[in-house]
Amino acid sequence: MRVIKFLLRKEFKQIFRNKAMLPIIFVMPVVQLLILVNAATFEIKNIDLAILDRDHSPASRQLTNKLLSMGYYRLRARVASLKEGQLLMDQNKIDLLLQFPPGFAAGLQRDDRATVMLDISAIDGSAASIIYYYTNTIILDFNTGIMQRWHNLPEQPGLPLTVESRFWYNEELDYKNYITPGLVVILVTMVGMFLTAMNVVREKEIGTIEQLNVTPITKTQFIVSKLLPFWIIGMFEMAFGLGVGKLIFDFPVVGSVPLLFAFAAIYLVVVLALGLLISTVTHTQQQAMLVSWFFVVIFILMSGLFTAVENMPEWAQKITAFNPVTYFMQLIRMVLLKGSQLQHVARHFLVISAMAVVSISLAVFTYRKRS
Amino acid sequence: MKELAVFIKKEFRHIFRDGRTLLILFGLPVAQVFLFGYAITNEVKDATITVWDQSHDVMSRKLVTKILATDYFKLAGVAENYADISNGFRSGRHMLALVIPPDFARKFQQHEAQVQLLLDASDPNMANLLANYASGIIANFTRQELRYAPSNQIVTEVRMTYNPELKGVFLFVPGVITVILMIVSTLLTSIALTREKELGTMEILLVSPLRPGIIVIGKVLPYLLLSFLNAILILGLGFTVFQMPMAGSMPLLVLELILFIIAALSIGIFISTKTASQQVAMMISLFALMLPTILLSGFIFPIDSMPWPLQWLSNIMPAKFFIIIVKGIMLQGVGLEVLWRETLVILAFILVFTVASIKNFTIRLA
Repeated sequence: MRVIKFLLRKEFKQIFRNKAMLPIIFVMPVVQLLILVNAATFEIKNIDLAILDRDHSPASRQLTNKLLSMGYYRLRARVASLKEGQLLMDQNKIDLLLQFPPGFAAGLQRDDRATVMLDISAIDGSAASIIYYYTNTIILDFNTGIMQRWHNLPEQPGLPLTVESRFWYNEELDYKNYITPGLVVILVTMVGMFLTAMNVVREKEIGTIEQLNVTPITKTQFIVSKLLPFWIIGMFEMAFGLGVGKLIFDFPVVGSVPLLFAFAAIYLVVVLALGLLISTVTHTQQQAMLVSWFFVVIFILMSGLFTAVENMPEWAQKITAFNPVTYFMQLIRMVLLKGSQLQHVARHFLVISAMAVVSISLAVFTYRKRS
Repeated sequence: MKELAVFIKKEFRHIFRDGRTLLILFGLPVAQVFLFGYAITNEVKDATITVWDQSHDVMSRKLVTKILATDYFKLAGVAENYADISNGFRSGRHMLALVIPPDFARKFQQHEAQVQLLLDASDPNMANLLANYASGIIANFTRQELRYAPSNQIVTEVRMTYNPELKGVFLFVPGVITVILMIVSTLLTSIALTREKELGTMEILLVSPLRPGIIVIGKVLPYLLLSFLNAILILGLGFTVFQMPMAGSMPLLVLELILFIIAALSIGIFISTKTASQQVAMMISLFALMLPTILLSGFIFPIDSMPWPLQWLSNIMPAKFFIIIVKGIMLQGVGLEVLWRETLVILAFILVFTVASIKNFTIRLA
């Protein structure tokens, strides 16, 4: 025990001696959280629009006005030719080009049939389909209105079936509630993994590991003293990140915070053991950093931070079963936002504990007191 | 010149000796492109739904069958009360619930039926999508049962420009290229240079007859080559596996690639002049550069939707401009006549960081 105490003191001294590391550990994550939570949104707030009106009829003007009155369409230009519109799209100045062909209104009146053309910039495919969905809904709406007016139809009788949608746990569909806890997970993971991965390999690179190896400390003592400081920093980071996130974005905390921290405690063991493992199998800090970067990127991309795991293909979902970040990502949102209790997340606890046992054994097993 | 060649040879040996690093340098982009191409998607498929059917009549069964007949939803058990539904949400068993009131068929005939859709909005985007899909299916059902089809007078003809099949990977390939270039060029260079400082070998290099400029050029040239090969690899994957188009000029793209790599390298050199340990260099590159590059460059999230301070901030990310350039050339088929401004910005980045590095470098020697 005494040995571990001394080793711990040494580690903490080393960490805190490095003046540049402190802001990196404590300030940067907070700043990141603030920036990223605001940046991470798939919402489409503005649709930049150009109109090519070859009809110049009251009907085409009415439809144009209806679109513009919705608030999220910004009229960027009225163009005289398709080429002009295409150029604007090439310059990324518009997302949508709306074309009324000549005879739009006449066709509507005479043949009950008219066409409008939508050209959507579809580099971002999902944004394009949302723009199409919005615009088409408005056009259909306009269509119904005009039909009623022209044909003097009576008010439509009530539909036989109506749908009432209720959004539980987040009535306003506030994306910040969803993304903030997720980003806390990412920050804890990155800080924990990178710091441990770089730590042992640094001693190797500088040569101080030899000095440690010739001392009588045991493997376990060594590993405990290497992991514990970062575990404490990680837990602190978690509390700090959540606290700042709560203060600024005020996401709801429905469930039990101790439950969350209990999970984080086990989760950090997994992350740190993986970091240590990387540290033992690499020779330079550059290598260690790249290997951990590789895993962190894959882990994060497959964790469901931005895109739901449920939407992934079958094979990818099987892979995510081995991704520790996925479990924490799900659990933090379940506990904080939905108030899930232990019986709901028992599986998550089981899996992460198993992962902790496996990864720590691997780390102990791989570490050799020889170089 | 000969000195430089020898020096570069030494650097290459350093890099190639380290097989693991190389493996990751080329493995990571491949893995990322495949993940983005196949795994990461916002398309809803087989969303888990639970049904609380309080009528069990012909009509309600028809409605449930209709919903389950689509690819969007998959039945995940039935519920008997709200507690069942809430428990299912909390354990993640289902993502939405459909509540059908008692006496559904009769109410439907009298035009007063109402079903409830309950959604787990802890993932708000998903909840919104699912609500839209489910309401759409239910509205269709209603129309069919009524045998009433409103005539659609206005037909919308839609053309998805640049990406008719709406492939997500088209958006991600330019992003992955950019991120990888930043990793290799900025991160690795800053670490490689700081490493010499930390190990003390920088002093040895500086007292050698090589001029400081030559040393820096010798250190970064191999990374320029590596970055370039990497970019070509990712582009190759995009073309062959995902059938990405190449609408514009290839030579222009290559030129822009090289420009961006030089910009990233100059940032890496600048970081290394400012830091003394590899850890700090790495942390700065990662947290101050990589995350913002990924998030503020328009790689994943649209910049237009961000609050204005972030939109403003995104302008100091060289990655943002490079992604616009790559998309412009590959997908939109435009040339310098459109992209001259972005190209100038990247040139400006190169200028600023090179000048700053040179200034810092000489000060440090004095």
